[in-house]
Amino acid sequence: MKRRHPFRRIMVGVAATATGVVLLLALKQPGGSSVAGATARGDAGVLPAASAPAASAQASAPASAPGRASGSDAAGTAAGSGGAGARTVVGDAVDTQYGPVQVRITVSGGRITAAEAVKAPDSDAQSQSVTANAVPRLNQSAVAAQNARIDTVSGASYTSEGYRNSLQSALDKAGV
Amino acid sequence: MPDMDGRLHHTEESMGTVFSFDIRGVRNEPAVRAALRAAVSWLHRVDEVFSTFRPESEIARLGRGELALADCAPKVREVLELCAEAERESGGWFTVRYAGGLDPTGLVKGWAVEQAVRMLAESGAGAVCLNGGGDVQLLGGPWRVGIADPLRPGELATVVEAEGPLGVATSGPAERGCHILDPRTGEPPADALASLTVVTPQGLTWADGRATAAYAMGAARARAWLEALPGTEAFAVTAAGERWMTSGFHRHTAEVTA
Repeated sequence: MKRRHPFRRIMVGVAATATGVVLLLALKQPGGSSVAGATARGDAGVLPAASAPAASAQASAPASAPGRASGSDAAGTAAGSGGAGARTVVGDAVDTQYGPVQVRITVSGGRITAAEAVKAPDSDAQSQSVTANAVPRLNQSAVAAQNARIDTVSGASYTSEGYRNSLQSALDKAGV
Repeated sequence: MPDMDGRLHHTEESMGTVFSFDIRGVRNEPAVRAALRAAVSWLHRVDEVFSTFRPESEIARLGRGELALADCAPKVREVLELCAEAERESGGWFTVRYAGGLDPTGLVKGWAVEQAVRMLAESGAGAVCLNGGGDVQLLGGPWRVGIADPLRPGELATVVEAEGPLGVATSGPAERGCHILDPRTGEPPADALASLTVVTPQGLTWADGRATAAYAMGAARARAWLEALPGTEAFAVTAAGERWMTSGFHRHTAEVTA
């Protein structure tokens, strides 16, 4: 019977996220420009507030995966899989202080439909939790890397006062 | 003036929040501007009639029994009928009759925004995005709607993409504290979510009403209920920062190029 270590599980989740970010940054877009390239355009663009998530998503990769020399040289390995148009991509194993973490994602119709940890420091009890968190987190990371341009923001109802500090207010000011 | 792409922006403070208009594909500018003015007056009119914060609003007087429904604006009956439908659909988790008053705020803002967008569409605007304090009605497109991360202010949890009509409503305590209560206990939901986003092409009236009802249900019940609702998808962030989505939500999220 394994004891559960909440903090460790969190760290594994973070490491998985970092792996996903690294992996996604390495994925190439059809035109040849990388997702990381899209982020760079966002950072230089006219929406500083909206590009902040992209910057933080990138920053989290090296910060939470200290064993990795560089976040941008990861090479995802593409492999065909069952479904029509679906394929799996396996990221490089990332060494963390808790051990190597590796994530495999399934992409179908241009969207991540599944993610699983193929290698985790404690692969039994924790892999489920890593996987449960991985799909949305990977989507989030992918989104953060690509979303330099959003048109509006949906969130818990803000007051007139709350609006002033909101991302929506920044978008309205930018007027793009 | 619309810019070279035929876009118009406008922000308007009403109902204690701010409404952000983003209109594209403006060809007949005078017609769209007239519709924008009408939509803005409409929002203020809705506030006058439906505000539960104004003791003299029709809804407040109706709630106190000082005014008969027959003497109210026809829109009052329309909204109360929508509320009754939302109450039936949610098995009573959406309710206008809590604590003796009459409170349709769970969907009235969404309904007002949806009507305003309709007014703009009829003026010939090609694409409209109207954000009422965090709840969004889209028309045309393409549009990209960032879903705010309730636990990391200023960051996004995901992005919804739309081409065509879509209502996107988010409920949660991040901005104004917990203002949606469990109608059975009068307390905040026991397993309250950090935020819950509901999207449906049926429009913002329903997205708003369902987000309100589902938020009141708490996490476990909300997920099962939303999964079973046709034409409706949802994305949630739990208090612990975990995320879940209904099985079809990914169809609304931004494409990943891989």
